[in-house]
Amino acid sequence: MWSENTESSMNNTDLVRQSLKKRYLKEQIFKAVGMFSIVAAIVFLIILLADIFTKAMPAFSQTNIELEVTLDAGEIGVGTNPTEQDLMAADFRRVIRNALAKQFPDVKKRKEKRELYSLTSMGAEFQLRDMVIDDPSLLGQNIKVEFMADDDVDAVIKGAIDRTLPESDRRVKDQKLAWIERLEQSGQISKQFNWHFFSSGDSREPEMAGIKGAIKGSFFTLLVTLALSFPVAVAAAIYLEEFAPKNRFIDFIEININNLAAVPSIVFGLLGLAVFINFFSLPRSAPLVGGIVLSLMTLPTIIIASRSAIKAVPPSLREAALGLGASKMQTVFHHVLPAALPGILTGTIIGMAQALGETAPLLMIGMVAFIVDIPQGITDPSTVLPIQVYLWADSPERGFLAKTSAAIMVLLFFLVAMNAIAIYLRKKFEKKW
Amino acid sequence: MKISALIFLLLIFAAFSYFMARQKVSTAYRQRKQKSKILTLPKYFGYVAALTALLPALLMLFFLQMAEEPYINSEISNYIVNSDIEANEDLDLYLNDIKSADTPEKVAALTPEKQQVYQRYHEIETTTNRTITVIVLSLAILLVIWGMRRINTETPARRVFEKIIEGILLLAASIAIMTTVGIVFSVLFESTRFFGEVPIMSFMFGTEWSPQTAIRADQVGSSAAFGAVPLFVGTMLISFIALLVSVPLGLMSAIYLSEYAGSKIRAVAKPVLEILAGIPTVVYGFFAALTVAPFIRDLGQSMGLSVASESALAAGLVMGIMIIPFVSSLSDDVLSAVPQNLREGSLGLGATRSETIVKVLIPAALPGIVGGVLLAASRAIGETMIVVMAAGLAANLTVNPLEAVTTVTVQIVTLLTGDQEFDSAKTLAAFALGLMLFVTTLILNVIALHVVRKYREQYE
Amino acid sequence: MNEAVLNDLAEPNKPDHAGPETEDSLNIEYTDTVGQPLCEEAKIRTKEVNVYYADNQAIHNVSLDIGENEVIALIGPSGCGKSTYLRTLNRMNDTIDICRVEGQILLDGEDIYTKKQDPVLLRARVGMVFQKPNPFPKSIYDNVAYGPRIHGLTRNKSELDDLVEESLTKAGLFQEVKDRLDAPGTGLSGGQQQRLCIARTIAVQPEVILMDEPASALDPIATAKIEELINELKENFTIVIVTHSMQQAARVSQRTAYFHMGRLIEVGETDQIFTNPAHELTEKYITGRFG
Repeated sequence: MWSENTESSMNNTDLVRQSLKKRYLKEQIFKAVGMFSIVAAIVFLIILLADIFTKAMPAFSQTNIELEVTLDAGEIGVGTNPTEQDLMAADFRRVIRNALAKQFPDVKKRKEKRELYSLTSMGAEFQLRDMVIDDPSLLGQNIKVEFMADDDVDAVIKGAIDRTLPESDRRVKDQKLAWIERLEQSGQISKQFNWHFFSSGDSREPEMAGIKGAIKGSFFTLLVTLALSFPVAVAAAIYLEEFAPKNRFIDFIEININNLAAVPSIVFGLLGLAVFINFFSLPRSAPLVGGIVLSLMTLPTIIIASRSAIKAVPPSLREAALGLGASKMQTVFHHVLPAALPGILTGTIIGMAQALGETAPLLMIGMVAFIVDIPQGITDPSTVLPIQVYLWADSPERGFLAKTSAAIMVLLFFLVAMNAIAIYLRKKFEKKW
Repeated sequence: MKISALIFLLLIFAAFSYFMARQKVSTAYRQRKQKSKILTLPKYFGYVAALTALLPALLMLFFLQMAEEPYINSEISNYIVNSDIEANEDLDLYLNDIKSADTPEKVAALTPEKQQVYQRYHEIETTTNRTITVIVLSLAILLVIWGMRRINTETPARRVFEKIIEGILLLAASIAIMTTVGIVFSVLFESTRFFGEVPIMSFMFGTEWSPQTAIRADQVGSSAAFGAVPLFVGTMLISFIALLVSVPLGLMSAIYLSEYAGSKIRAVAKPVLEILAGIPTVVYGFFAALTVAPFIRDLGQSMGLSVASESALAAGLVMGIMIIPFVSSLSDDVLSAVPQNLREGSLGLGATRSETIVKVLIPAALPGIVGGVLLAASRAIGETMIVVMAAGLAANLTVNPLEAVTTVTVQIVTLLTGDQEFDSAKTLAAFALGLMLFVTTLILNVIALHVVRKYREQYE
Repeated sequence: MNEAVLNDLAEPNKPDHAGPETEDSLNIEYTDTVGQPLCEEAKIRTKEVNVYYADNQAIHNVSLDIGENEVIALIGPSGCGKSTYLRTLNRMNDTIDICRVEGQILLDGEDIYTKKQDPVLLRARVGMVFQKPNPFPKSIYDNVAYGPRIHGLTRNKSELDDLVEESLTKAGLFQEVKDRLDAPGTGLSGGQQQRLCIARTIAVQPEVILMDEPASALDPIATAKIEELINELKENFTIVIVTHSMQQAARVSQRTAYFHMGRLIEVGETDQIFTNPAHELTEKYITGRFG
């Protein structure tokens, strides 16, 4: 039987050769599918980033309208020596309206006038008010001020509203467009970098809405998260790696840690709502509760990273310390922990980055509220960057589209920065034992 | 006394105890005659003293603080009943009015009756606060005095201190258990209240979901309003689409990267996958809702299909992209655990690379890959922001990916972000959904983690 | 992916037989290979082969012929390059990115390192058995049938059945496993696993079989069975076997090649090498003064 086969083995090579063409075709197809998967992932990323980037660009510049206003004390309804409180209550809107009316004297009808006054933002009067409060000597003067334009004007100037469309399809009507064009010709319209976006809180008006409140909210929330999760996670990791006996209870802890790492984040939000807000009556919408919830969520990540960092410390180091008569606790805190610290820090930063991007659990504990004031502490109501993105994405006004994308870019900037720090730390302190 | 001030006082006292104990032991050491023996450092005596002052007192403070509010509430209600002030209003609201009066203006604005109650409330609050302060401080002082008498140079202070620290470390490790217990209790407790109002069977098997209408009193608990089947189907539909995208792409990219790609491609592709993994889900949600969904709708229209503007397809597709790096890194781990000699064995027989991968590596790694897919499924089911932003709210019972469906997580968010009374059936329903979500993902996770661990052990 | 192999093979750079003898041996000037590296009817001819891992040279200028239907043993201290040399013969080194091979290796007069040559076809003709038994996590039957299936060597199921049975029989394993061909190959004992791997290799009916220390992970009884098997296989196959056991080389091979620090020192009839080595280094190794 074998001899028969040996005979056939003479042309085995030919048999293999015959099959080769087909097999190599399969190989090529398989490889191409793999290549396609990678390329698909890269293309998705590029589309995503390009989409957000192009949408965000308009938000970084702000259109202004320069108007000459007469700050007449009588006009705004204050005496000659107004106190700050008087000024807060004064009617600056009238001054701006007068300036607009002077610019376009042919506008008479009431309805048209209302249209005209909507060229500048709702925030223009506050802009003027703050100027006067800063420098009361402006009262009685004629000054030129660059007022923030309304988001419709902004959209026209940036080309987001197509001027060539027929009037019926266009958000900004012919008359208003004519005014804008006249202002443009007289050089009263200018664009500048939108500092306002980084220095103010949320608003219902797209041109007035800023990101500062959300940034500070995120900052306070992360502060609480870090303060809680870092010490607890490191302590837990030390215990599990260095002290834990082998028993059922420890196994149970480990199962819990691994499982918590995979529990949907929204469930942590339910925990926060039921336990911290309803049971412990902690304040709603506050970075304090947000931070507690996020720290419970990031604990497993940091514990797992810290454990592998501690595990990577060579036993020889421990033996050296123990051999000198150091106690187990001294060995751990004097030698093992410092050696593992870079790894632990890297894991912590990655956990913090994860917490920074987290949205769902914070929705549950009321951080989704509309909050104009910039939070000053961990118990003030506030929102965070990803929730600001969510809120703006839900707003119907066109101007918020760009704001949303810009907020995403700010968020991504912070994430990239944190990851860069983590990579730097890892590279710098990487030790080969 | 304010809590922060009390804690500050305790800290000062702890520091004081530290120095006292250290001093006492140092002095005792100096008086000893022989110096041969190795002695416990005096600072450890100090640490133990400080912890004796601090830990029990803080624990006591915590419990008293927990008990304070219920106590004050019951005292006030008694007072209201005793003093014949007619409290027509809801007691909770009544108390809330009084407690929120923290400025003289607000107090002045209260009705005379309430002002009277306010006075009483103030008195009770002051006395309880004082009592708490006295109890906590005296506990700390007594313990330290007792401890100072007991310590001598023979006390194994370092070992005691280390035992305490070890206990604290164990406590930190146990927080994982407490968290799980907290989750289980919070969803279970509210869910049982919900199932008290709505029969569990009609929740699990009912096909109509319209919680908004259930606010009307005559409809509370009506079986039609809380049938969660459309939610389960919607969740599964979107998760299925997501897995359909992410499993082949993730697995193939892992294979390509580990078996074919040169170092240049790897240097580009690995960071790309890491960035995809690091992008917050809210960003994916924005992308799905404002770019992908309109694109799919327009594409469908140009082909003559009617596509909902919040189609399941858009949400599922973007969710799939989000999970690609997750699947890819899990598969990569699993594939690299397959021993090198299996690859060589196959290559050595003249198999091509793809034959080796398809016929040897993947079958060998199958349990691990299955575990990874289960974890990915659990991830997809629990994903919230993408579906909140890109999937619909209407509970359509359909498996057509072009229509709008809603999911469990979307409903949890919608039910809990409105201004609702917390006890309404509507908010309780969110916890029942949360329970379903937690149990489902828990089962998937436990199976997946078990399978993956077994798989790893096989090759270790 | 190739780290394991790399660690295994990168050793030539750090000789692990440090000691006074090493110093001594380094003083001996390397000359051309002594003995008879060439033969008339060569199945494989290697001419001036150099192998590099990145910048480290692992094989220096090796020229050696492997005769038709002979068993040739490659011996030498660990890290001497014998495994590396073996893996160049069926281009298993291709799986290591940083590995580079220079020189000519001819199989039946054809250069196997030209672009035209197909490593897949080559490995079907030059099979390999590895140091550690590495059965696939499949059934015994599927392990053996794997090669014939991917290469399309049989036309139908019964032919495949026959081939599997013959291969297992040739490997001396059939009697032991005939009742459990569906059982997983990983469930066999170490020696059985290795014989399964040999059966798997001969099922492809290669012309040459490379064996990389096939018995080093096995107990003496299993080793004896493998050696017996090699003696039977030499009827049909050309076998190149790397071994660290001189007794094994003496028992199974007709010719023996001695490698030292990446160089081929001496080749000759096995009897002659072990009784009357021509080179000083060979003699030192044979007499157990290092290695």
